[in-house]
Amino acid sequence: MEVIAPLAVGAPLMAAAVIAATGSLLPRLAADLVAVAVAAATCVLCVLLLAQSSGGATVVWFGGWHPQDGVAIGVDFAVDGIGAGLAAFIAALTTAALVFSARFLEAEEAHLHVLILVFAAGMVGFCLSGDLFNMFVFFELASVGAFALAGYKVRERQAVEGSLNFAVTNSIGSFLLLTGIALVYGRTGALNLAQAGQAFAHAPADGLVVVAFALIAAGFLVKAAIVPFHFWLPDAYAVALTPACLLFSGAMSELGLYGLGRVYFTVFSGPLGSHREALEAILIGAGVLTALLGATMALLQDHLKRLLAFATVSYMGIFLIGLGTLGAAGVAATAIYVIGDGCAKAALFACVGIVQHRLGGVTQRRLFARGLRIRRTGALFALGGLLLASLPPSGPFLGKSMLDDSLIAANYGWVVAVVVACSMLTGGAVLLAAARVFGGLGTHPTGDRFSEEEGGEPEVEGSRNRTPAVMAWPAVALAAASIAVGLVPGIDRAATAAADRFVDQPTYAREVMSGQRVAVPSVSAPPLRAIDWPLGVASVLGAVGVAAIALRRSRSTGSLAAVADQLDRPLTAIRALHSGHVGDYVAWLVAGAALLGGLVALAAS
Amino acid sequence: MTPRARLAVFALAAVGLAALLVWGLAGLPRFGDYEGRYGRIIARDTVPQRKATDAVGVTTFDYRGIDTLGEEFILLVSVVGVMALLRAHREETDESRARAQELERIRKAPLPSESLTLLGQTLAPIVLVLGIYVVAHGHLTPGGGFQGGVVLAAALLVLYLTTGRTAFRRLRAVAAFEAVEALGALGYALIGVGGLIAGAQFLHNFIPHGHSGLLTGGTVPLANVSVGFAVAGAIATLLSEMLDQDLLRSRGGR
Amino acid sequence: MSFLPYAVAAWLFLVGVWGIVTSRNLIHLVVCLTVVQASTYIVLLGIGYRTDAAAPIFADIPTSTPTVDPVVQALTLTDVVVEATVVALLLALAIQAERRFGTLDPNELGALRG
Repeated sequence: MEVIAPLAVGAPLMAAAVIAATGSLLPRLAADLVAVAVAAATCVLCVLLLAQSSGGATVVWFGGWHPQDGVAIGVDFAVDGIGAGLAAFIAALTTAALVFSARFLEAEEAHLHVLILVFAAGMVGFCLSGDLFNMFVFFELASVGAFALAGYKVRERQAVEGSLNFAVTNSIGSFLLLTGIALVYGRTGALNLAQAGQAFAHAPADGLVVVAFALIAAGFLVKAAIVPFHFWLPDAYAVALTPACLLFSGAMSELGLYGLGRVYFTVFSGPLGSHREALEAILIGAGVLTALLGATMALLQDHLKRLLAFATVSYMGIFLIGLGTLGAAGVAATAIYVIGDGCAKAALFACVGIVQHRLGGVTQRRLFARGLRIRRTGALFALGGLLLASLPPSGPFLGKSMLDDSLIAANYGWVVAVVVACSMLTGGAVLLAAARVFGGLGTHPTGDRFSEEEGGEPEVEGSRNRTPAVMAWPAVALAAASIAVGLVPGIDRAATAAADRFVDQPTYAREVMSGQRVAVPSVSAPPLRAIDWPLGVASVLGAVGVAAIALRRSRSTGSLAAVADQLDRPLTAIRALHSGHVGDYVAWLVAGAALLGGLVALAAS
Repeated sequence: MTPRARLAVFALAAVGLAALLVWGLAGLPRFGDYEGRYGRIIARDTVPQRKATDAVGVTTFDYRGIDTLGEEFILLVSVVGVMALLRAHREETDESRARAQELERIRKAPLPSESLTLLGQTLAPIVLVLGIYVVAHGHLTPGGGFQGGVVLAAALLVLYLTTGRTAFRRLRAVAAFEAVEALGALGYALIGVGGLIAGAQFLHNFIPHGHSGLLTGGTVPLANVSVGFAVAGAIATLLSEMLDQDLLRSRGGR
Repeated sequence: MSFLPYAVAAWLFLVGVWGIVTSRNLIHLVVCLTVVQASTYIVLLGIGYRTDAAAPIFADIPTSTPTVDPVVQALTLTDVVVEATVVALLLALAIQAERRFGTLDPNELGALRG
């Protein structure tokens, strides 16, 4: 269908332009309705694309410029299952975020709607695109929208600082990405993914190929917040408006990993394919480091949003582990895990938004025991924590189990222990916060030298004694969606079939360059191993255990001293590294890029 | 980290990154020997297919038009973002007291000399015409919507610099600029949809291409005009917003 | 000699990032970011250059004249706009930082730690 894919990006853009043009002339309700309707329509379009993808990739050449003699002279959208699925998920989260923001005070001049719609359009375009530079443009579109959304609560100092850190680090990441794209163009004369992949298919992995891949990977990994590119994420997510946090946590970071996977499999799998094992080791290693760091830091946080931000970092590490197996099984597992976990994290952020509205605070030391009034929100929050710990039989459980299976099959069985540990720690961190805030359990936390400033401003209009329906329903719906993802029959089969196509470079090139659609053969997904169910239950029990231990033994949230004395100094040192200073972050970014390049060079030698 | 530690980490990292960059860039074809077929095909086909002589302009608006759509909307989101980020500054100051203070400040501020004002008032229309020329001829000679739009907005800046703040205050119509910008962006998207309606693809160049001269290139000159509006509106909005900060300036504190 | 443009691009990138890392003023930091941006322009344009070729404007030259690559020029144009918008947003943030924190020194903004 030549109409659906362009409209999936064009409709939110045009709606945003109309809302921006009419500005304050438009009554608030009209702007809300238009925005929600357009977001929902985009979701429907993307679901249609997903349904079509079983017949092969949908390729749309803009302006009618089909390839001539094997040279792509126009820009295309090449939509396959994974791309369409991620786009549909993004559009659904956008609808939820727009509904959630309906009562937000800050949206008076409809700027918020414009920003969210354009942000969503950029992300959807990125998922659907088949051209390197076009991907860069949509990536930047989403990023600029994100910078504005992060700094939106401009009366708070932390928002200004967080947004600055976000913008500077991500811009430098984009420059690295662009330099890598330029290198690919210089060698192959192609910006189209399929054409570049064909040009590289039998080329050796020389200096240019290695450096191009390293730079592109570094650019994407900055967005995906992998250590040591991750420092900006907690700062930005802790200060953004709650609807923006829904989108950031659920979809934006995952975009970086999608980009890495897409570019690797379509362009670089030829020359770098023979060095696969070394590359797997690098990616999985980075993922393990990120997962552990994120999970540990999450447990030490007092500020609820910052806690969830570090949980996001941890999950990005886990998703990179799945992608890093460089195989279809890992990609399929990551796809399901992203959706299941994304919904859970979005639901958690929504709960924090409700807490901010009802109780006027966002740190555990200020909210201690005050959540007893809003027990239903507390129950939802705790459910979110259990979902993070991969409660069977939910979406995260399915994703995690598939991931564990793919790791065992790829001879990385020891990484399963890391994944289980991180889900225990992140789930435990959320349960700990839930117990303190909503249950009044444990001792009242006192501050330490890292205590966060509160953002005191009310975000939402209306009485503080009720939770508006537009805030409560998205939270419930997202949590329900997270559970439902695991229960949809055949979803693992569909994901595996789509992942098989995602990693298949020759078929992608053929479909794009010669216009033949190749139907995706249906596969049978391997059933979950017997060990997955006990692992899931163990994760949940472990999370509860972590929360219980931490409750009983720590005086202030920042110190795990009672749990492990030896850990206190290194943990404090790591916390101090997250200094909020943009120069520090950029220095680590450059170090990470150099390290990544060096490792890839070693892998390819 | 202490500044010294930060610099040490960076220095080490920069050595590594420099080595990587040099190694990668050395793999490029020799400077001046670029052989890519993509560019050659476009350079060969621009005039026969579109009758427009500026290959770069036609690439931007026709062959790779979807990139430009994204680019236009980046401009829109950036302008909306800047307006959102600077809005609190306006709301915070107590309205009537601020206005009185501001008028007082404007009255006391020294006016620019009359010759400067005369120069500005002469220059601004010339700059405006130049901007319109650059926008209109974007498909024939170097230029186009982006470049021309910035020149158009520069006319506004010339007026600010030379006519003093009172006159500038009167010219500032931020809502109008923002509307112009958004309409320009919308216009470009609608051209894309026009291609769809004409039975072909999104952003298809569906207008007849003409033979030579100004009315060639199909949708390219239209796109140039729409982008020109969008960019002029955007830069004018940004200028107004940021120069407004100067007018409303008061020392902020912790 | 033929590596000079690319060497300049690499140098600009690193110098710009050094400026950001050691910056003591947010406006200076944003301008250093534009220096980093400039390095990407040079890489792109350097790639597309052909010796003794004309500019890809056929208004007064025959269409068969060899020209430099128009595609990288279009890419650079897009790149310039994209990065200018990021700078605009960062400057707005710098204005707000001065208002909220009373200073433009990155070393003094200490609201987010741990």
